[in-house]
Amino acid sequence: MTMEDVRQIILSILADIAPDEDISSIDDNTKLRDQIDLDSMDFLDIVMELRKRFNIEVPEKDYEHLATLAGCVSYLTPLLKDRQLAS
Amino acid sequence: MSKPSRDWLKGVLSAYDTIVIGSGLAGMTSANLLAKMGHKVLLAEHHYNMGGLATWFKRKGGHIMDISLHGFPCGMIKTLRKYWNQDISKRVIQLKNIRFDNPQFSINTTFDKIDFTHILRERFGILKEVIDEFFVTARAMNFYDDLVMTTRDLFEKFFPGRTDVWRFLMEPITYANGSTLDDPALTYGIVFSNFMDKGVFTYQGGTDHLIKEMKKELLRNGVDIRTHCMVEKIYVEDKTVQGVRINGQDIVCKSVLSNSNLLTTIEQLTGEEHFDPEFIKEVKKVRLNNSSCQVYMGIKRGETVPHVGDLLFSSVADEYCTDKILSKDVTSRTFSFYYPEIRPGTNRYSIVSSTNARYQDWANLSEPQYKKDKHDLEQSTLDALEKYVPDIRRKVDHVEASTPKTFKRYTLHPSGTSFGTKFEGLKISRDLPKQINGLFHAGSVGIIMSGWLGAANYGVIVANETDKFLRQLSPSLVTASA
Repeated sequence: MTMEDVRQIILSILADIAPDEDISSIDDNTKLRDQIDLDSMDFLDIVMELRKRFNIEVPEKDYEHLATLAGCVSYLTPLLKDRQLAS
Repeated sequence: MSKPSRDWLKGVLSAYDTIVIGSGLAGMTSANLLAKMGHKVLLAEHHYNMGGLATWFKRKGGHIMDISLHGFPCGMIKTLRKYWNQDISKRVIQLKNIRFDNPQFSINTTFDKIDFTHILRERFGILKEVIDEFFVTARAMNFYDDLVMTTRDLFEKFFPGRTDVWRFLMEPITYANGSTLDDPALTYGIVFSNFMDKGVFTYQGGTDHLIKEMKKELLRNGVDIRTHCMVEKIYVEDKTVQGVRINGQDIVCKSVLSNSNLLTTIEQLTGEEHFDPEFIKEVKKVRLNNSSCQVYMGIKRGETVPHVGDLLFSSVADEYCTDKILSKDVTSRTFSFYYPEIRPGTNRYSIVSSTNARYQDWANLSEPQYKKDKHDLEQSTLDALEKYVPDIRRKVDHVEASTPKTFKRYTLHPSGTSFGTKFEGLKISRDLPKQINGLFHAGSVGIIMSGWLGAANYGVIVANETDKFLRQLSPSLVTASA
């Protein structure tokens, strides 16, 4: 999986969590919370979805890496680089 | 009760990934989520209905009475959409007429930040800067904060001596989650902020409709639902969950998620001997929350009730006072008015009066005394309601009361607690899995995880922990570390 693949996965998870938000306008380097209406339950959803889709466990102390889209991509890409995108 | 001949466990599997004990909103939500994540889930409920305190009952004359559909924060829409489905979430509607009536003030409000700011300024003469800072302070609270500051301290800091303001800010939250001025301020701040976000909401269709829809969703996701099924024991060996006994039958499982009361889960279902003595010492310090009395009033077919409010916090007490609110000599009542909009098409009205109450005031009465006290409660409630709905006695054709004993009978909660445990229960609940592998608890603990929204969201938080545990049993889980 490339960085762009990972980015698209995060965006699709966010689109499920916040269907009323304009996901396409998200800036990669600004905190997600400042751009769309996300609360701590929504971040939990991201973690649960990553576990469900990819069997990846994000420990609570690492949640801070998920604060921005760029942060998500750089944190998750090394973990997903050997995975194939599900068809 | 069930006939002894019927086997409510017929066709049950010999083993499950998770057995959820109890179908309150936390239990149902976690069962639904775990099933969606691909786990094999059994949901065991001792009663014939699901829902726990999110329940209702029917009476002759076409009456349907809702027990706890008083109103929840806007966040419930999102929670229902994400963890249940879109159709369920679309039925959430706002209650716009929240009313206070007591010797200090009489106010109607939409119960949101804008209206509260306006009322605090115009009516109570509080400076805008103070109001804004109060809202910011309440909003910033989270459950890692220190517990030293009480709600009383918080009010004293922002509104010294203004018991009228305290009442305006506190009374609804006391009814929402049983908290008092002496509880940690954050238990107030979090719940208050949740409501202040956008106001008070309810479910169109009534509790019966909601639970029916949730049951369908649970079945769609493959949850094995078993009503009339009492979990009697959680089996533990080597600090690890082995299974449970339900209606006398042993069933193997990798994990148990108990939506039973926290203390019942530890002391009765599991057994203290399986926990560290130090942990049990802390468990003994957990206080139960208080219980409730309710009076249900069904309005005759064809009769109407004027729109006097959706939720009415009424009191004849001079000031807000926890002792008075809990006293059997009732001075404060919350009336929930259920108009036909709640169940479109039925054209029926019902009114439910709720008061916080102590179990010990009701538990040890003789049968005749208990009956008399219940009757008196019904009559004094009708008297109090007369002020708002003139001629109520002519309009009503069913009146019935419940007491802490009633709550105990249906929920099996110790002392009939209707708000679980006090705040210290949260840490115990969260730490259960550290004591026993595969043992989880979700339910009303610590006030913030109470109410419909709190219970459902706590169910999600604990389902996440349970899912993590189950996946760790299979070696393919990759734990990230940066």
